[in-house]
Amino acid sequence: MNIKLKIWRQKNAKAKGKFEDYTLDDVSPEMSFLEMLDALNTKLIEEGGDPVAYDHDCREGICGCCSLYINGNPHGPGEKTTTCELHMRSFKDGQTLIVEPWRAKSFPVIKDLIVDRNAFDKIIVAGGFISVDAGSAPDSNSILAKKENADEAINSASCIGCGACVAACKNASAMLFVSAKISQLALLPQGKVEAMDRVNAMVARMDELGFGNCTNTYACEAECPKGIKITNIARMNREFFAAKVVG
Amino acid sequence: MGTSRFQSSLAKKFIMAFAGLFLITFLFVHLGINILVLLPDTDWFNIAANFMASNLIIKVFEVVLFGGFIIHIIYGLVLQIQNWWARPHRYKVEGWSHKSPFSKFMIHTAIIILIFLIIHLINFYFRSKFGEMGEVTINGNHYHDMAALVLARFKLIEYVIGYIIAFIILGFHLHHGFQSAFQSLGLNHYKYTPIINKVRTLISIILPLGFIIIPLAVYFGNY
Ligand code: HEM
Ligand code: FES
Repeated sequence: MNIKLKIWRQKNAKAKGKFEDYTLDDVSPEMSFLEMLDALNTKLIEEGGDPVAYDHDCREGICGCCSLYINGNPHGPGEKTTTCELHMRSFKDGQTLIVEPWRAKSFPVIKDLIVDRNAFDKIIVAGGFISVDAGSAPDSNSILAKKENADEAINSASCIGCGACVAACKNASAMLFVSAKISQLALLPQGKVEAMDRVNAMVARMDELGFGNCTNTYACEAECPKGIKITNIARMNREFFAAKVVG
Repeated sequence: MGTSRFQSSLAKKFIMAFAGLFLITFLFVHLGINILVLLPDTDWFNIAANFMASNLIIKVFEVVLFGGFIIHIIYGLVLQIQNWWARPHRYKVEGWSHKSPFSKFMIHTAIIILIFLIIHLINFYFRSKFGEMGEVTINGNHYHDMAALVLARFKLIEYVIGYIIAFIILGFHLHHGFQSAFQSLGLNHYKYTPIINKVRTLISIILPLGFIIIPLAVYFGNY
């Protein structure tokens, strides 16, 4: 395959940045998108150029590092795939691919296609945990959880924190991420204890960090590589209003 | 209660959604009264319109209604401006993965509705309050002749067209807004949300259609 690329290049956080054009021949349809970028980088290095910086780690869809906005979609085309799981067979021979970093005020570009997603960690630090004394493991049946809730909590917990929801949202809202992190705990008895403080703290931190407000376009759900549902956002809203009324 | 209670993104959405749903119920009442103008005897419309303008309970309600509009509009604008700020550098390739069709154009439909609203208030509301009005006598009581005013306006093609466009746009606003409000209020349920989604289509067609029938009937009919 022959692929034309238009890639955002930016030297550092302060630099202005612009799109650069590249062409790559002999791209195998079996290559993953990141392998294709590796081939491009090898070529750039051989030519004495600066390789394109992009984030990646596990390359199997579990770490949430890869984060490319390809032709108008976070993680490119296809449902429930991360960029690392995306294959070149998803594109046509001779196609032009426009590759951009996640764009959000709260996710500043560090270099080229890498953005700083520390904001997500800050939201977790604000309350995305339960306070338990570490010790020997408790008996598994000592705290009972309803099966449906446990299943739902696992679904919410499958969020890998990649930030595709923020990238996809026209408002750069982080609510799908935050609501998944709130839900995975709020649904279980262990998480209920601190539920109100948690939702207050995490929502306040999210606002502070400059993410936009959800306007229920549901683009986040459409683009989430892990299929996190917007019902999480509704749950977060309920949790939040309950916390405001009671606490 | 600290100020943050109302400043939070979620609280703003909650208030907006609540105000929006309230405005939808008001539109149904408004439509119910407007339809009366099509009756052969315009007395009904005049009595209803004057009742709405003079009854004490309605007067209180009117303040609530204006409040509802103002809150909805101000919060809508504030949220929108914050949302623009949240992405100072836009994408080269715009994303189109939103699932609620008109959700991308809420601010645009809103501004058209706002312009319509201002013209509407100048033409009818302020005029009946402060302007020159014809009078009718029904059963010995004097009433403002709102019906004559409405009928005269809807004989003008520019009013008819403007009115129709405004309500089609309102239909778009409500198609997203109606179900969005429930989600904002935290009401998303596997059983009831599909029903809300059917109702949203119904509301976004029926409500504008109801309003649009009136100028069409006046323009093309014998009024
Ligand atoms: C009778 C007229 C109107 C009705 C019935 C109405 C109703 C609604 C409803 C139900 C929503 C969804 C709220 C939510 O999800 O939180 C909404 C959203 C919105 N409305 Fe209105 N609205 C009206 C007029 C206006 C006007 C005049 C403006 C401002 C100029 C406006 C601005 C907005 C904006 C910006 C949104 C989008 C907010 C979002 O997507 O979260 N609306 N409207
Ligand atoms: S590199 Fe880990 S999810 Fe893509």
